[in-house]
Amino acid sequence: MLSVQDLTVHFIGNGRVARALEGVSYEVRTGETVCLVGESGCGKTVSALTILGIIPQPPAQIMGGTVLFDGQNLLDLGEREMEKIRGNRIAMVFQEPMTSLNPVFTVGDQIRETIMIHERVNEKAVRKRCIQLLKDVGIPSPEERLKDYPHQLSGGQRQRVMIAMALACNPDVVIADEPTTALDVTIQAQILNLFRELQRTRQMSLLYITHDLGVVAHIADRIYVMYAGIIVEQGDTAHIFHDPRHPYTQGLLVSLPSRTKRGSTLHTIPGTVPDPAYKPGGCPFHPRCQFAIESCGMEFPGMCDYGEGHVSRCPVLYERARPPHGAA
Amino acid sequence: MARRKPSHTPVLTVEGLKKYFPVQRGFLQRVIGWIKAVDGVDFAIDRGKTLGLVGESGCGKSTIGRLILKLLEPDEGRIMYQGHDISGFSEEAMRPLRKELQIIFQDPYGSLNPRMTVGQSIEEGLRTVGVKGYGERKTRVAHLLEMVGIRPDAADFYPHQFSGGQRQRVGIARALSVNPSVIICDEPVSALDVSIQSQIINLLKELQSTLGLSYLFISHDLNVVGYLSDTVAVMYLGHIMEYAPAEVLYDNPLHPYTLALLSAIPASEPDEGHQLPLLVGDVPSPFNPPPGCKFQGRCPLVENRCRKKEVNLYTASEGHVVRCWKVIGD
Repeated sequence: MLSVQDLTVHFIGNGRVARALEGVSYEVRTGETVCLVGESGCGKTVSALTILGIIPQPPAQIMGGTVLFDGQNLLDLGEREMEKIRGNRIAMVFQEPMTSLNPVFTVGDQIRETIMIHERVNEKAVRKRCIQLLKDVGIPSPEERLKDYPHQLSGGQRQRVMIAMALACNPDVVIADEPTTALDVTIQAQILNLFRELQRTRQMSLLYITHDLGVVAHIADRIYVMYAGIIVEQGDTAHIFHDPRHPYTQGLLVSLPSRTKRGSTLHTIPGTVPDPAYKPGGCPFHPRCQFAIESCGMEFPGMCDYGEGHVSRCPVLYERARPPHGAA
Repeated sequence: MARRKPSHTPVLTVEGLKKYFPVQRGFLQRVIGWIKAVDGVDFAIDRGKTLGLVGESGCGKSTIGRLILKLLEPDEGRIMYQGHDISGFSEEAMRPLRKELQIIFQDPYGSLNPRMTVGQSIEEGLRTVGVKGYGERKTRVAHLLEMVGIRPDAADFYPHQFSGGQRQRVGIARALSVNPSVIICDEPVSALDVSIQSQIINLLKELQSTLGLSYLFISHDLNVVGYLSDTVAVMYLGHIMEYAPAEVLYDNPLHPYTLALLSAIPASEPDEGHQLPLLVGDVPSPFNPPPGCKFQGRCPLVENRCRKKEVNLYTASEGHVVRCWKVIGD
């Protein structure tokens, strides 16, 4: 459905080059939920913004790669053509609904605008669609809510409105960038369930960007783990959680605190995420990696195939894995 | 002032703590109602232990932290530090206690002066406890930075030159500079990445065991609280709904709100087809709540008496109290 191939994006400014994405490839198939997981600054949001052509250039510069959607490369399209796709066939939900909704327009106006840009429909039909959309995303008494301004809604409801706007034109793909990070746990649970339900009923593809592994476990069909601008591991949810093959994925999973780990010291990944302008050579993870050997600092690691779509970018663990065993 | 009790006195006790904020409207700023941010809260923290305070946004957990430090004046109730009631203390009388009670904030960037090097920020704390010699202060700064895992020569850097996790370490070093016995940790790891979060959690645990610190750990993250705390208090709209030793609370939660919170955490285990149980609605506004139980609006088990009668805390078992009519029974 949507396929990103070898995408490389650099940020250039202040005499430095920050290599935000370096040859990132991933795909989202029809009706599938794909999660892009990683810590802040790993490039997950940059890749989403590039897909939609809303990455500010400069400072960003797309150095190479393609974004294939429906047989065409989105990076080749002009702004006019891109407008027909953005919000219509590929829609996005952002993390902070308060800053992405316009405070001086009512909820109804904003959903209506999305529809009117892409379709010729009369006022009455639009209103009906808006009400139905709000109903679909679980907002009570939608007729009245249409007249509300964003500040009159709670955080959870604002996020529901954002989702309604994203769904307004029946998109094929929805990109959700940390949509529940700013919400309380009980509200987060509601929104996650809403995504799952909408996806089932509408058969849409969902690209879900998050740093929260708990959310990933709950929602994803397939997972791409990102670190410092590259994909380090990809596979089915079960593979990634039960049989992670990259030291970074393994480290992330075991460093999650939980009450069952009480009394024991939490496992940690030493060090910090590298500055994208000064990334270490070779494997970008090697300075923090407990398995690193000399060659890790020199050669860029290739993809090692574990079968069934489970791929990891760590030759060291791949060598060790024969005979194969489950990682703890 | 209360007499000093034997040594097993909890280091910090809070009794019947209340803080109401007025809601004002109109030209004359007439008070039209009250937000009961903290509405009669009791708890105790033992020396060297951690009390976890969990709840959703707006439940009053951060207000409690500020009340204890007297950054806000409580309306009612007592705050006892080592058996002494400090709630009536003047600013002057509080000053020696300020170094006993310290706080770490969620966003260390907002709490460190951007125009001071981190060394200067930490030194400022040392000066207030009367470390006079310049040389001695320098050594102490280096020692403190080392303790939190930062290279001592980084003392000359400014806060913006550090990453989020390192800034949080600096915040901790600054709090430690005055040798506190209680640290209020207000969401200290919420803004950090997973791999950094575990580093800070380990640091807090390690410092607790070497320095005998007591923590009031305020967080919305039940995983973190469950890992760190000895006792957990669950708050909802200014009330403690359930209070128990951590193992008891997680293994045998009694309040429907605790249950809902626990089941709303997406487990870090893939679970096919499993639906997260829903708690309907949003956290209601704390402004003029209805009579009866504060949780009634969202409670799946709500019945008539919950809407009429205020519920009090009920002791379900030793050290396990809960505020729910269902648990109390008839």
